[in-house]
Amino acid sequence: MKAAEQVPDPATTPVPDALRAEIEDLMTRYPDPKSASIPALAAAQRLHGWVSPEAFRQVACVMRLTPAYLLAVASFYDMLDTEEKGSRRVYVCTNISCSLRGGRELLGKLQDAVGDAPDVQVRGFECLGACDIAPMASVDGVFVGPIEQHEIDDLAKQIVDGSDPLPAKQLLKRPTADEGARA
Amino acid sequence: MSQHLIFSNIDEPGLNTLEVYKQRGGYGDRLRNALQMPAEALVEELKASGLRGRGGAGFAMGMKASFMPKGDMDKYLVCNADESEPGTFKDRELMQKNPHQLIEGMIIASYAAGANNSFIFIRGEYEQQADILEAAVNEAKAAGFIGENILGTQHSLSLWVHRGAGAYICGEETGLLDSLEGRRGNPRLKPPFPANQGLYQGPTLINNVETLYTVPIICEMGGAEYAKVGVEGSTGTKMISISGNVQRPGNYEIELGTPARELIYGLAGGPEDGREIKFWFPGGSSSPVLLPEDLDITYDFNTIAAAGSMLGSGAIIVVDDSNSAVDICLWLAEFYKHESCGKCSPCREGTNWTVKMLERVQEGTATPMDLDIMASVQKQIMGNCLCVLGDAMAMPVSSLITKFRDEFEAHLERAQAGVVV
Repeated sequence: MKAAEQVPDPATTPVPDALRAEIEDLMTRYPDPKSASIPALAAAQRLHGWVSPEAFRQVACVMRLTPAYLLAVASFYDMLDTEEKGSRRVYVCTNISCSLRGGRELLGKLQDAVGDAPDVQVRGFECLGACDIAPMASVDGVFVGPIEQHEIDDLAKQIVDGSDPLPAKQLLKRPTADEGARA
Repeated sequence: MSQHLIFSNIDEPGLNTLEVYKQRGGYGDRLRNALQMPAEALVEELKASGLRGRGGAGFAMGMKASFMPKGDMDKYLVCNADESEPGTFKDRELMQKNPHQLIEGMIIASYAAGANNSFIFIRGEYEQQADILEAAVNEAKAAGFIGENILGTQHSLSLWVHRGAGAYICGEETGLLDSLEGRRGNPRLKPPFPANQGLYQGPTLINNVETLYTVPIICEMGGAEYAKVGVEGSTGTKMISISGNVQRPGNYEIELGTPARELIYGLAGGPEDGREIKFWFPGGSSSPVLLPEDLDITYDFNTIAAAGSMLGSGAIIVVDDSNSAVDICLWLAEFYKHESCGKCSPCREGTNWTVKMLERVQEGTATPMDLDIMASVQKQIMGNCLCVLGDAMAMPVSSLITKFRDEFEAHLERAQAGVVV
């Protein structure tokens, strides 16, 4: 049997304490601890930058599952990287509402502007649920938009520096569009 | 202007905190009264409201709650916050700005359903909203609104925010359940429906964010009073998301039964000056497209269905005359191809072949006969899979090929002739 098909031996699988504690806490939330698989993989990805073979072994060890099972799960989900692509994730929405407002051009231009900055991935993504700020991007989870042509270089710089992306264009600061909902 | 039940003063500073929410009457008398009613009476109240599920299928919420079996087994309430139907972003704004109302709705709905365990399955991309929700859940737990014997009643509830990891299919309720159990999000065969065998094989009530968020409003107004808002068959107010080629994209609360033209032009400002609407999706990218001449129909479940489409999640996507129907069709098909879970062949292969054929149309290597083949592929997908993801591609693609056939043919003729299109 291949190693990936066996539950890792705790004696030979070191797991960082903080990761172990986080996964064990997640497992207490569900009647069936296996439900913690996806949040646990996400936690391991935060630590390792991607779900590396070592990350799989660590999650499998704590959850008493096989790495093969967890790989089958992880490969289903767009946000879990089973290849090393960069731990800083920029998703540019290329779905219909964003594409109608230049999302596809934005993706190409932002990729060019970011270039081959280390540890950064800029990729097209399915509808991120923010069509009101189209065209938009998620920069490590921070939603920004609408991104105008002249802002692309600034945004690229902020992505590469790791600084706050387009502070004035962040979704959380945006008031409702519905005038009737204002006080 | 329609009345605002859901979205009133939604930008009130601090509304995401327990303190401000309680000042607005949250977790107050309406919650106490609901939890002191017999659960059956509460279900009757929900039925009387006529509230139809706000996630896309539009199934009567009270009816769904009434399907939950009686008995002492473990039962579950799951809030579907996976909102990933393209064009839909209403739940995001509700969770972000007023998370406690969703939580209060879940406390009431769980009591009606006899469930003591609950989860909010939120899509992983909504990291900021999940953080806000988690903070609100923690506040509610600390204040005793989640936990044992809520407000001194017999009702107890656990509630956790569960983050997904990026998969459209997890918005399908049984795909969601598999994902929540720690698996690939493959949909299950129905029946059994989740009300009988859902999460961990236990009876499970699954509702959309907006549906649960509306429950406290119904408790406050009374079901009969709520049912007076809107039109028959589509009671109440509804959040709609308007996006695409409009001047004021955003979420708007409307009374169901408002003419579509008022929504697209009145609320969202219509297309930019000099542009005309070419077609529009009334209920997310999975709904068959409607034309400008359909703008005078009223926006409610039954009228949109009678016009050959569906209200879905309430996401109106407007496409203006600067766009090619062929491009949009390809974008759509690419999305469903990417998101097909691969479990059922008609969807896995059908979405794949539709993309290939549309690419041929783009490149000029297709023939008009390919359009007929493509239309027949759509027919072979519809109704032949465990879930409706394939149908969700087939419906809009079929409608585009039918309604814009001339444009498809002209496009592929130009492409064949080598004209840059």
